[in-house]
Amino acid sequence: MRAALLAVVLGLASLAAFAAPTPEDRLSRVFESIEANRLDEAMTRVDALIREYPNFRLAYLVRGDLLLARARPLQTFGNVEKTVPFEKIEGLRDEAHARLRALRERPAEDRLPRSVLQLHGEQKHVLMVDSRRSRLYVFANANGRPKLIADYYVTLGKNGIDKARQGDQKTPVGVYHVTANLPRKKLTDFYGSGAFPINYPNEWDRQQGRGGHGIWLHGVPREVYNRAPRASDGCIVLSNPDLEAVGQHVQVGLTPVIIADEIEWSDAADVEKERAALAAALEQWRTDWQSRDTERYLAHYSSRFAASGQNLAAWSAHKRKVNGAKQWIKVGLSRVAMFRYPRERDFVVVTFDQDYKSSGLSNVMRKRQYWVKEGAAWKIIYEGSG
Amino acid sequence: MLSLAARMAGIVCALALAMPALADDVQDAAKLLKAGQHKQALERVNKALAAKPRDPQARFLKGLILTEQGNSKEAIEIFTKLTQDYPELPEPYNNLAVIYASQGQYDKARASLEQSIRTHPSYATAYENLGDVYAKLASQAYDKALQIDSSNAAAKNKLSLTRELVGRPGSTVVAAAPAPKETAKPEPAPVEKPKPAAEKPAPAVEKPAADASAEVLKAVNGWAQAWSKKDADGYLSYYAKEFKTPGGEARDAWEKTRRARITAPKSISVGVEAAKVTMNGSDRATVTFRQNYRSDVLKSNNRKTLVMVRAGERWQIVEEKSG
Repeated sequence: MRAALLAVVLGLASLAAFAAPTPEDRLSRVFESIEANRLDEAMTRVDALIREYPNFRLAYLVRGDLLLARARPLQTFGNVEKTVPFEKIEGLRDEAHARLRALRERPAEDRLPRSVLQLHGEQKHVLMVDSRRSRLYVFANANGRPKLIADYYVTLGKNGIDKARQGDQKTPVGVYHVTANLPRKKLTDFYGSGAFPINYPNEWDRQQGRGGHGIWLHGVPREVYNRAPRASDGCIVLSNPDLEAVGQHVQVGLTPVIIADEIEWSDAADVEKERAALAAALEQWRTDWQSRDTERYLAHYSSRFAASGQNLAAWSAHKRKVNGAKQWIKVGLSRVAMFRYPRERDFVVVTFDQDYKSSGLSNVMRKRQYWVKEGAAWKIIYEGSG
Repeated sequence: MLSLAARMAGIVCALALAMPALADDVQDAAKLLKAGQHKQALERVNKALAAKPRDPQARFLKGLILTEQGNSKEAIEIFTKLTQDYPELPEPYNNLAVIYASQGQYDKARASLEQSIRTHPSYATAYENLGDVYAKLASQAYDKALQIDSSNAAAKNKLSLTRELVGRPGSTVVAAAPAPKETAKPEPAPVEKPKPAAEKPAPAVEKPAADASAEVLKAVNGWAQAWSKKDADGYLSYYAKEFKTPGGEARDAWEKTRRARITAPKSISVGVEAAKVTMNGSDRATVTFRQNYRSDVLKSNNRKTLVMVRAGERWQIVEEKSG
């Protein structure tokens, strides 16, 4: 009897520890109370939230409304009557909207992000940023398929996304990966509990002439719980607890960070179809390379191809010369990852380990290719080390 | 929002009391408070409390006096104790809230006002104050939301102090303490103690036994004051049409003489001492007192008797006898 009771208590305790509600969950419950017209309950809940997270500013805004509503009718959400900078109050309203929208508009269980065509075995997680929702989604690698395990409110650039120049205060759009893990002690308080730089500008950005650097995922200073949805100089900013949680999943050099206008959700079957088509094109490219039929091999490259200062003509001339001299070529591909590139039309970044062996030369390298669909066929538009 | 001053205006000190000795002290203290004489008011109320330390009216009044004196700490102690002893009374909660709000402690103010309303759901002052407190708390919350430093945004809200402690039917104040009268609308208007004027020696008016006699005394003091100010018109206005002139002379002639006598000296001071009012019915009174007259040319101190009648709202003199 006693043991059973203890088990129940322990069970509840461990459940609570496992699923401790975040401030956002609790804010959502405050709004549930408000919607049910249980305003006293809403006040109790928001007071408790503030007690526990005294730097969670949005909660104060809601509290202000709940109090003011007792004095007189509200005109608007965040009914601040003082003259304050518009963006300050608007930032909190946007944050509330973003948080609630993200909590209420959950992707269906069977929907997958169209971008993630293939994860390789060592990539345990992939991070995706939906800028319209101010949200970062964490997917686990479940046998090569992404499985949504968590999502967090994020702050992006003051001027939105699609970074092009240094100082434009925009967050880039594209496929990146984490390049380092900077612990708190190496940083000023501004970055909060840590930082994870990403590889902006990547090869494609450089080719497009995009500038700037130093795009990081990072935390926030102690005095705030989070920042407004559009407040950074281009970085992706999370609350410190959220950054720490995300940090648990980050593998430096491996974890992809895909930043998009909006996550496109798709059927598993459609994603698989596209993945298979790309995988087939890649395999054909590999076998054509091994065949030493250089023209068949070069047929995989787009007329717009460009890499390391070479256009298609220069690349072709070089390859004809090198391949023609070989008695044999063997190419092995492993750890293949494929992601559709946001914003661009039918554009996929493919990364793999390339084990090249030939008469005369062998090497192993990590390679990155950008593939674009031209007509019915997938063509390579960029190729370089990854 | 109404200012404290605006909400106070017109509020009548209606401490109508049953126990005469104590009543006098408390009533005096209330009047002194109203006249802004906080120190004297405090002395009086302490006197009352010495005789009856647990009297809620006296304690409430002391709380008010201390609040006005800016002694928030002791005022809070008194009102807090009152809420503990008489949890069913809304006024001490309200006044506690007013003090807390003046200190910027709006959360405490809110708790007190909510308690006040819980005690008496129809208590309008507390509602009004609570609305102000909610708005202030809201403003503070918004400041925190927007990271605005509100700590030195002084403009502390002025809420309304409750000036009356009104025992309500069935409340234990009435049961436990016989002192406070239950319904607090005195008829007619309460007595106003004459304000000490520079021209006038310290007034020493005996307490009226009833409200009418208080009105009579008020008139006597007004008469003496007008005289002291050499305000002939004001002075003459205290004499009724039917006033019996000394020696039966014509009213005009008498007025002329009085006018000359009043305006001639450089200064006059008329004191009314040891006044005693005898009511002859509700509209007629006889007042006897010592008239202490001083001018730059004459000093006199003699007994005087005025026979007065009610004329509408006023009391006027119909007969004046010296000696």
